[in-house]
This record gives sequence, structure tokens and C-alpha cells, in this order.
Amino acid sequence: MVTVTHSGQRRTPKAAKTSSVFKKVVMAVSGIILVLYLIAHMVGNLKLFAGAQTFNGYSEWIRRIGEPAVPGQTVLWIIRVVLLAAVVAHAWAAISLWRQAKRARPQQYVARKQVAQSYASRTMRWGGVILGLFIVYHILDLTLGVANPAGHDSTPYDRAIAGFSNPLVTLVYVVALLALGFHLRHGVWSATQTLGQSNKTRERTVNAFATVFAVVLTAGFLIPPLSVLVGIIE
Amino acid sequence: MALDLFTVGDPIADTKAPMDVPIGERWSERRFRAKLVNRANRRKLTVIVVGTGLAGGSAAATLGEAGYKVKSFWYQDSPRRAHSVAAQGGINAAKNYRNDGDSVHRLFYDTVKGGDFRSRENNVHRLAEVSVNIIDQCVAQGVPFAREYGGLLDNRSFGGTQVSRTFYARGQTGQQLLYGAYQALERQMAAGTVEQFARTEMLDLIVVDGRARGIVARDLVTGEISTHFADAVVLATGGYSNVFYLSTNAKGSNATAIWRAHKRGALFANPCYTQIHPTCIPVHGEYQSKLTLMSESLRNDGRVWVPKERGDDRDPRQIPEDERDYYLERLYPSFGNLVPRDIASRQAKNVCDEGRGVGPNGLGVYLDFAEAMQRLGRPAIEAKYGNLFDMYAQITGEDPYEVPMRIYPAVHYTMGGLWVDYDLQSTIPGLFVIGEANFSDHGANRLGASALMQGLADGYFVLPNTINDYLASGPFEKVDAGHPAAVQALEEVRAQTDRLLSINGNRTTASFHRELGRLMFDLCGMERSEESLRKALDRIPEIRQEFWTNVRVPGEAGRFNQSLEHAGRVADFIELAELMCVDALHRNESCGGHFRAESQTPDGEALRDDENYAYVAAWEWTPEGVPPVLHKEALEFEYVHLAQRSYK
Amino acid sequence: MNLKLRVWRQRSAAEKGKMVTYQVTDVSPDMSFLEMLDVLNEQLILDGEDPVSFDHDCREGICGSCGVMINGRAHGNGLFDDHPQTTTCQLHMRSFKDGDTIDIEPWRATAFPVIKDLAVDRSALDRIIQSGGYISAPTGTAPEAHSILVAKKDSDAAFDAATCIGCGACVAACPNASSMLFTASKVTHLGLMPQGQPERNDRVVNMIHQQDLEGFGGCTNIGECSASCPKGISMENISRLNHDLLGALRAGARPKS
Repeated sequence: MVTVTHSGQRRTPKAAKTSSVFKKVVMAVSGIILVLYLIAHMVGNLKLFAGAQTFNGYSEWIRRIGEPAVPGQTVLWIIRVVLLAAVVAHAWAAISLWRQAKRARPQQYVARKQVAQSYASRTMRWGGVILGLFIVYHILDLTLGVANPAGHDSTPYDRAIAGFSNPLVTLVYVVALLALGFHLRHGVWSATQTLGQSNKTRERTVNAFATVFAVVLTAGFLIPPLSVLVGIIE
Repeated sequence: MALDLFTVGDPIADTKAPMDVPIGERWSERRFRAKLVNRANRRKLTVIVVGTGLAGGSAAATLGEAGYKVKSFWYQDSPRRAHSVAAQGGINAAKNYRNDGDSVHRLFYDTVKGGDFRSRENNVHRLAEVSVNIIDQCVAQGVPFAREYGGLLDNRSFGGTQVSRTFYARGQTGQQLLYGAYQALERQMAAGTVEQFARTEMLDLIVVDGRARGIVARDLVTGEISTHFADAVVLATGGYSNVFYLSTNAKGSNATAIWRAHKRGALFANPCYTQIHPTCIPVHGEYQSKLTLMSESLRNDGRVWVPKERGDDRDPRQIPEDERDYYLERLYPSFGNLVPRDIASRQAKNVCDEGRGVGPNGLGVYLDFAEAMQRLGRPAIEAKYGNLFDMYAQITGEDPYEVPMRIYPAVHYTMGGLWVDYDLQSTIPGLFVIGEANFSDHGANRLGASALMQGLADGYFVLPNTINDYLASGPFEKVDAGHPAAVQALEEVRAQTDRLLSINGNRTTASFHRELGRLMFDLCGMERSEESLRKALDRIPEIRQEFWTNVRVPGEAGRFNQSLEHAGRVADFIELAELMCVDALHRNESCGGHFRAESQTPDGEALRDDENYAYVAAWEWTPEGVPPVLHKEALEFEYVHLAQRSYK
Repeated sequence: MNLKLRVWRQRSAAEKGKMVTYQVTDVSPDMSFLEMLDVLNEQLILDGEDPVSFDHDCREGICGSCGVMINGRAHGNGLFDDHPQTTTCQLHMRSFKDGDTIDIEPWRATAFPVIKDLAVDRSALDRIIQSGGYISAPTGTAPEAHSILVAKKDSDAAFDAATCIGCGACVAACPNASSMLFTASKVTHLGLMPQGQPERNDRVVNMIHQQDLEGFGGCTNIGECSASCPKGISMENISRLNHDLLGALRAGARPKS
């Protein structure tokens, strides 16, 4: 029998049902799925510059992928289900680790100074919450159209123009996309670590890549709405 | 001889080593003759191990592996904190991997000679024999020793030996070896063979019918004082350098366990043998709590000097060559700056006594790398000594690449300790003492990289074999907390604790400790004389008297109370200091770390007196007012012939 | 110099604590941080007050006993430019200026309950080692040391990881109070040695399991641990632990319950 020193003083922790590292792996893998989707999404968005017909056609094509082998929208729904699962898994892991961290330090420091923590890593959790809320709004706005001035029976192109012509809407998108950028900056590095793919020699490269990737993706997403706002796209 | 201070009792002798076979066969013969304990019986036998350094950690783990029920005690929060962790240099082993003529016999020979012929040949030979097993054991545990590109273990020469037999892990060998033992110990704790008592300090030994049967210990967190029982007790509680207050030992290192065992009847051997290490960072001021050692490898390239003129307080870089005294090179042309520790230390003291010391309080000498930097270039010096230079800069705020380092000797290791026989058993049956806590292997002076070797030899290989012979006659009659001896020991500990807390005087424990330490360093330090020791012996009882009437120990007994811990330790240091001075006074010869001003050659070198002092001085405790009793163990040198050291 | 200290005082784990302000005068720049606290304590004792408890032992930066939060940083690491990373006992007062206010707090984590004032119970780290941070090599069973060669680069990297002193600064500094850097250093050390291979999978799985059981937080790769570590243990170790853990789980290793 192992005698635990001063057992009277120790708070018995809740049995860890799932390893904290497993949660991180879930977060990394779901994050990678979401990032792959974001890359495709960003490329698609840039088609706004090619005009209404191309953009709407592209949107239509997404719904027809796989036809006639499978009925219409099958692939789209598969993507949607995978994305939803990824978002849920990502959020579950995040909330679970967040709660674990809260339990791990109930009493905060009176004085606290961070040196290694970046703005990106500090804002992962609240940034994630912002992104979650944004995704809901974004689907209501551009996918379903119910929150869009052009209404739900408009074309995707119309909805984009109608929405981003409003500076307030664009502002919401800009804020959310900046949050996304920071989220990606730490997320890419963290996923590399979590999946055990970083080491001392790679560390600089991984961090540099994370920064470049976050900037490129954020810029790619920001260009269409800002172009609509300033009238480059009409 | 100072016969007023002690009386001479019966001589003692080790009876365990089989003297009827040659020295190289004695250890295996001893193991053969020793009784064994059936594995099924081992779990009925309990062993208490106090201390978790190299000796205690390795012993507790090994006894646990063997199937004994082990109770492990330590005062720190984790076994990994034991002060073995701080050893820098390395560990010796007679592997002869360099093919440079090393052998068990040479390591044995060097250690007996290095100990200035004041150690027991049998023990030292066994130490040299098992040294090779230690390296195998540590490698198997995953200790990351320094290696060569081919994947083989690297060695270096250390402490003036002519062979390269020192294994090392950068400058943190003690740390890595300790973690190996610590991990083995934690493994046994998980396996349930070792029960752990963290932050628990042994305060007395329980002796029943002449046998060591348990300890009284205080839980330092709750303050609870309780009794613990076993069939044998092993003390692995380290040395007593902190009697000098400032030393390279950890702040918590103390003599309480061995001192209380001594007061229960265990003889204390050679208490005056202390090692003073020459390359430590000098004292800055009154508030200083601790001295830091820098590896003596620094003397390979650094040159030691002081100004020729006393009171020359110029910037050392402004002092021209011909106004400097490179005194070690002048006095010892063949060994120069690489003379053994005791000589380097004593000469530093001499030049400082002449008023030529450097630094704020005149207690320091320069260790200058300017010449080496010129010869080898700064990058080479950085590669060799970078971490030491950084440490020096961190502590002193001076850049040793620019200004010469200042160094001064500091107490570092105590060769004395509880007397043990070949089985490492003290004069109390069932009480075993291992590592620095015993007196056994280093004689009057310990060689570099030998402390780690001895700790692990005792813990991994010697004690686990010899203790069987004793335990084979157990399990002994059951003893519990209700036994009169246990009740009495517990009451005495409680009474002392209460007394300390009730004095409520005007001085802090630390002020007494500082006073005692300064007195011991000045009067019973690098050089001792009848005059200085008599002075110390006049003063120590006064300090003790004042301590017990004027110390202020705040707080309560039933709580975490670091002031109370310290006070108890200092009370024991004061008593031990007195015995050290008596021992130093009675030994009117110079040997190893013990330099008596009265016993020197015309040119000021140590002069041993083999005719009168080739013995171990084992002291029996007597109550206050009765002089201690000296028991002599005669030392025979069958294999290494007595010779005077010379480094001229 | 004269300083204002704000020190966390808490009589026991069961009682509530608070910051208490003390003035210390005549602090020498050559004092170590702990010697400065010694001076405060001597004064408190003579004034009839309760001295401040803090863990310390070797005072040369190797035993890992000491460690407090100094102005919000573990061991004060990261507060001073051009200051090597260090332990509290090796921080010297010359890093501070006359008139400074210094906040001193204990390591804060559920897994490190306060014993008194600045002293905390870090035995959770020992239990993580117990769960697998060793190589099973009972005394006497070892083969000749040279029978297994170890590449110098592996041995050196193992040593770098093995220099962890178990002080707990990584936990104290981590926004999640995670002990990942501690655990990773041991997993890396033993995982790089050939002798550590047979138990490699079980080791990492069990150590992570124990770490979670002790109530530490999860690692989110922020890096405060490494920035506060007195031995400069790098984040690379955490990546290596993760790599080993995924491999171990794929190989079917599961924690002992």
C-alpha cells in the first residue's frame, strides 16, 4: 500500500476519465479538419471577384458534387456533418480543459505577470467563444439568409453584397476574422506540439509558419468583405 | 595529552571482517559466512531507514526490492532534495576503462593514502571492489553519464589522481545519481514495499534490551511526535558540517539523528576530521547563510595569488606581476596550484592571517584566469568552466572573465561519524549507519569523487548484504508505543521541545548558530592548537548555557514550525562541537583535514604521528559534567605501507 | 536599501490567507533573496511575531526546495533583463532597487496545497514519478556498463531533460497549473536512454494518467513553464511526450487503474 503523505490535507481530485492529452489531441485533430475546410472556404470566397454568375455557379456546384453517383447535396451534407462534429469536439475539448484548469487553480495570484504568453495564446478561450457565436450568426446571415438584408430567397452573391455593404456587418466580420487569425496563430503551433511533431530545431519554423499561415488565411477572408464595402465588388 | 577532558576506556575492534583470508577475499567471504534471510521471512521484518540521500535512498530501495518492509523517513518535502543532489564533480570506480593502469588495488591504495592512513583497510578495499558495480547499476537505471562519440562512458582525472577513473554527468553528477536512487525508491513506494514519511524528522532512537528497535520522529507539518518501530534502524543522515554554521551543506543538514543515537550509546568516531574545501565563494557579510563551492577543477587553469604587500587594496588588475605572490606555486613547485584540498585551504588561511587576504573582509585569495585566457582563448575557458563562471557572477555580481575570482575555503564534508564495524553496524546492535553519517572509509581526509562512491556502495551493495546477518536472528520480540523505553524516549523528546518553546529569551536560534559556527571555524577549523581548542572548550559550555536560558523560539509545537526545527538542531550542534574540540585536542598530530599547529615539519607541513595516533578515536557519550570516554580502535596497515605525504 | 514586502501569510491549509505588508531595511545588494527573508524573519522573531515559513535547503540552486512567486513570476524568472534563469535562492537583491515593493506568494495549484505561508506540498510530483518515472533495474541485476552503448547526442539530450529539479515552478507559472513540463522532462530523459525502452509506453501513459488524477491542469502549449524553469527545460520535451503518448496508445498501452 502506498501511503499518501498528509492525505488529510489533499483534496481528492475527481478521477480523470479522459486524459488531458487525449483532449488536446481531439482539439488538434478537429482543428486540423476545420483549418482544411477554412482553406477551401477562403479560396471559394475569392470567387466573388469573378462576378455573380461564377460565384453563384460555384455555390450551386458545391450542392451538386458527386452527382449523379449520389443524390444532390449528399457530399455537402457529409461535409456539414463532419464540420459540425469537428466544432462540437473542438468545443468539448476546450471547455473540458478550461474547467480542468479552473479546478487546478481555484485561488488566483494576487500579482501575476506573463512573459511567454502571447496575445494569441491568451485569447484562445474567449476567442473561441467569439468564433462560436460568429459561426452561428454567419450561417444565419449567408447560408440561411434569415439574418441577411437580401432575405433567404436571394442568391449567395446578392446576400454577400447586401451584407457587406453595411459597414456594421463588415465590422462584425472583421472582428471575428481577426479573432480567427489569432486563434490560428496559436492553434497551428499548439497542434504541432500536441501531435508530437515539434522539436528544438523545428520550433522556429513551426512558429514562423503559424504566423504566415494565420496572416494569409485572415487576409484571404478579409479581402472580399472589405472590397464590397469600399465598392471594388458591386 | 588533555587528560582532564576525557577518560580512556576499553579498546574496541571490528570483529566482522574475516581476517583469516587475504584482503581481496574478505568481502566475498563475509557474505558467505553471513546468515541469510529466507525471502518469505523478509516481509515479516521491518527496517527503518532515515535519510534519502545516495546512501539512504539506495539502501531503502534495495531493501524494498529484497522484500523487507521498509519505512523511509526524510525531513525535506521529497526524497529527491537530499543534499547528495549538490555534489558536482563525479564518482570514482576502478573500471580501468582508460587502460591507464587502474585497478581495485590502486583505488584502494589511493584512498588509504589519501585518507592519511587513518581509515580501516578492509572497508576501503571493499569500497574499491564494489565501485565497479555502482557504475553498472547506475547505467542500468538510466543515469545520463557523460559519453564519448562512440557511445562509451567518458572518464576524467579528478582530485590529483594519476588515473582517469572518475565518471561524471557534467557538473551535476550527484544530482543524476541521486535521481537514479530516488526513482528506484519511488518505484518501491509504488510497489508497497517502502512506506514513506516525508517531512518527518528523527528526534531520538528507541533502544530496547540493548537493540535499536525504533525511532521517535516529529511530523514537521502537523507537529505530531510519534514512535515508529522496526527490527533494525539504518541512519543515513549525512554529515555535520553545519556545526560551522557556514558550510557548503544544505541549510537543513544536521547531526540530530546521529547525535541522539550517540547519546543512546552509539560511539562517535573521529569527530574532528572535517574537510575544508579550498575553492568556495568568499563570505560577503554577517547575513550570509550559506557557502557555495565551485568545482576544484578550476585550479587546473586558474592561478592562486595574493598581493605581496599586506593591505594592498588596489584593483587586482592594477597590481603588477612582481608585486603578486603566487604562493602555491612558490611553496610547492612541483604540484603548484594543484596541491590537495587541505594544503590549499591552509595556505589560503595563512596568507589571510598575514593580512594579505583580498576582498571586503580580507578573507579571500585571487583565482586568476588571465594567463589561461591568454594561452587558451576565452572560448576554451567558456567551454570548460562556463557554468562555474556564470554561477560565480550570479552570486557575486562580478564578471570573472574580467576580474580575478575571489575564493576562500569552506567546510564541506565531515569524515567523522558514528563508529561502525565491517558490517556498518554501530556499537548498538541493530543500528546501522551508512554514507557520510558513519566514519568508515575516508580516514582523515576524503579524496574527490569518493563521497558519491561511498554513499552508493553502502546503500546498494554493502548494507543490504550485511544487514541480513543481523536480521536473520529476528523478528525480534514485538515492541509497541506502550513499551517503557518508547514511552520514555517520546517523553524526553516532548520535554525538550516544550523546553525550547518555553524559554522565550532575547536571542534568535540563528544568532547562536552563527556564534558557534564562527568560533568553530576560527578555533577548530583549518588549523587547531591546544590554545585555540582550550579557548573553544571554555566558550562552548557558555554558549550552551546561554542558549538554554536566552533563546527565543516562536510558535507552537503542534504546527509547522521551522524555528523549532532549527532550534533543536542547533542544540545538538552545540553539544557535538564540544566533542569535536575534545577530539581535536586529544589528537596531538596533524593528519588529513586535521592540522595541529604543534605537529608540523620545520617548513610548516603536516606531521603525522603514527606511533601514538594510528587509531580510530571512538567516543562514548557521558552525561553533562562527566568527561567523555575514549575507546581506541587500533589501525593495522597490512597492505598499504605507512608513508608521509609530500607534495613539495 | 529599503524594501516593502507584501507577503502571503496563511497559517495552514485549512485557514484563509492574506497578503501582509512588511518593511525591511538595510538590505545589502549581495544578499540572496532568501537571506533577505532570513533578515525579515529574525526581526519578526525578536518582535514577537510569527516568522514567514518558506521551503529551502541547499541554497545553491540544485535541490529544488525553494520557490516563490516574486512579483507574479516563479522564482522571479523573466522579471530582469539579462538575468539567467535561476531559483529563488540564487536570485540576489542587487536585481532590485531601493524603495521597491515586492509581492511574494506561494506556488498556487490545487495539487500543491499550502502548508503554511509560502511552503506548499509538492508530493504530487513524487507520485507522478511513482507511477512510472523510473527504469526497473533492481540492485544487482545490472549488466556491465559498457555492454550497451548510448549515442552521445542521446545521452546529452537525456541529461538536459534530467536536469529538472522538481521545484514546481512550471506548475506555478502555467496559466492552467499543468505539470506537463515536469512530466515531460522525465519521459524524455528515460525515453532517450536505451535502458528506458522496455517500459517506455507504459511509463508515459501512467505518468499522464497520474498527473490528471493529481488535479493538475492540461497543457495548452503556452510556454510559461519553460520561461520560468530555472534549468531551462525546453518545450521540445512536451512535444516528445505527446509523440510518445500517441505511439503508446496506438500500441495498446493503457493506464494501470
